[in-house]
Amino acid sequence: MNAPTYNFAYLDEQTKRMIRRAILKAIAIPGYQVPFASREMPMPYGWGTGGVQVTAAILGVTDVLKVIDQGSDDTTNAISIRKFFEKTAGVAVTTSTLDATVIQTRHRIPEAPLHEKQVLVYQVPIPEPLRFLEPRETETRRMHALGEYGLMHVKLYEDIARFGHIATAYAYPVKVNARYVMDPSPTPKFDNPKMDNCPALQLFGAGREKRIYAIPPYTSVVSLDFEDHPFTRYKHDACCALCGAGESYLDEIVTDNAGSRMFVCSDTDFCETRQAEGHRGSESAPYAENRHA
Amino acid sequence: MYVAVKGGERAIENAHRLLAHERRGDRAVPEVSLSQISEQLSLGVDRVMTEGSLYDRELAALAIKQARGDMIEAIFLLRAFRATLPRFGASEPVDTSQMRVRRRISSTFKDMPGGQILGSTFDYTHRLLDPVLTEESMPEQPVLAEAQPAVMPRVTDILGRDGLIESSPAEDAEQPVGDLTRDALSFPAERDLRLQNLARADEGFLLSLGYSSQRGYGRNHPFAGEIRLGEVEVEFMAEDVGFAVPLGAITLTECQMVNQFKGTDTEAPSFTRGYGLAFGQSERKVMSMALVDRALRARELGEDVVAPSQDEEFVLSHSDNVQATGFVEHLKLPHYVDFQSELGLLRKLRKEFHDANSAPDAMKEAAE
Repeated sequence: MNAPTYNFAYLDEQTKRMIRRAILKAIAIPGYQVPFASREMPMPYGWGTGGVQVTAAILGVTDVLKVIDQGSDDTTNAISIRKFFEKTAGVAVTTSTLDATVIQTRHRIPEAPLHEKQVLVYQVPIPEPLRFLEPRETETRRMHALGEYGLMHVKLYEDIARFGHIATAYAYPVKVNARYVMDPSPTPKFDNPKMDNCPALQLFGAGREKRIYAIPPYTSVVSLDFEDHPFTRYKHDACCALCGAGESYLDEIVTDNAGSRMFVCSDTDFCETRQAEGHRGSESAPYAENRHA
Repeated sequence: MYVAVKGGERAIENAHRLLAHERRGDRAVPEVSLSQISEQLSLGVDRVMTEGSLYDRELAALAIKQARGDMIEAIFLLRAFRATLPRFGASEPVDTSQMRVRRRISSTFKDMPGGQILGSTFDYTHRLLDPVLTEESMPEQPVLAEAQPAVMPRVTDILGRDGLIESSPAEDAEQPVGDLTRDALSFPAERDLRLQNLARADEGFLLSLGYSSQRGYGRNHPFAGEIRLGEVEVEFMAEDVGFAVPLGAITLTECQMVNQFKGTDTEAPSFTRGYGLAFGQSERKVMSMALVDRALRARELGEDVVAPSQDEEFVLSHSDNVQATGFVEHLKLPHYVDFQSELGLLRKLRKEFHDANSAPDAMKEAAE
């Protein structure tokens, strides 16, 4: 039987080279979806294989990796992917946004500002922002080529006509570098402004759909809107119950059968850093000195 | 709390441990061996090799054992291993007319050179559960006959001599064969890539699509021209030595469907082909594949594309069960960030709805 052996960061060097070429092309054409020969990875499609392949292709021995899912380092899939790279690449891992050089994420952009020495790798399920308006790839590629985004504007307009505002809460479409309309992956629209003029390189990998796209550092990213209906960021009515943050994205947690609930930061590193700095919320459970309440 | 509690890492480890325990089942029952799977569940092994795109019975048996008999999971295991293998070239095209045939049937001719060879098949068994198999049993030795002539012409070749069927495209050694595992599939896709996609495609998906074409959704009037099963040599052109080196023999099932074609202004009516090929004995797969291959030729043959089986973007984008199961099952992953956004939006919409409906009539009219 062929005993399997694996390369640094799992993928063979030929595959990495192919992915790096796709990444370079993606950086050269911000927001454009570059087809690439996505491989079967040892985790299922739809569970981050695109992000994992991008990370595997860019990871070096000195990198420090952070993996988050829903903003948290402790969700099972984030743990699973982090362990995968610990095992196959032996790189240092961290939960600190500040210390990481490569951050792979699903569904969130960290709250702490990113810097120039970082790459943010997004896991993308459906890279095509026009997919739910037009199911055919042959059509959507043509629309992108012609910059023909009327269909998307009509959809947003219909939302306004029907609901009074744009009824898209996540995967809110953006225009990159004033050219390509892009799907930011299913991040909440709360995170959209963080993509604009970001000092870090942002890479997007869609494994099942075999596409890579990118936002180079300091690139304009504009959420689609209308002059009389400007883009607005979602604002929670509550503060984090653990660290008291009022400007972070919050998870709603149902705490008992009667439907009581509390709100806590979705970004666990952000929340823990604030708590370590002495910030307190109404519940502040993990810090013992506040337990008496 | 699902989110904030640490310990996901231990949960994963314990889950893996429990999975291994459940895979083993009752420890008092002897463990199933790879050779038992390979020998006695051989059609399952054939399917895993075909859809896993890797001809290795032992690894396929291992995958089935590890996957606890979940075929798609086993296919996934084999594919993920295959993706890491170096690729040093492509074999010479296999010649199925040189197949050492073990089974060969045609529904279009009562007899033809080489004859009909029924071989092993469930086809004419009565599907009655056999109580003999509840205990260990040793079946009778098979009946033997004289070996068949080495070359058995294909039924479609016989039709081709009279020009009644379109000719197969001639092999062009200069033309590279596409490989969708090395380049992202784009549309419209040529037939080499379509056939590769269908060869890897989920058997059930192709079965349903082929069936739908028979029931009138893109009907193409098929006949099973020939189905053959047997061993063929695989050869590799070694540039260093300058000739093709035999790598060994593999078992293949091939199906050539013969379909009606009314012709166009420039082409005389003739039969057309649908083609299916798979590792091992996989008759349902190759027949379904041949039906769908023919359906997908609608564009090329100038037929109206009206049914799902004829729509290549639809078929090729959804045929891969490893992709499909991954994306369907990824719904098990947490989505609470997006769900929170939706929750916020829904509460806002509901509030606006109630505000609008509880407002005085005059304001309601103004809103309209």
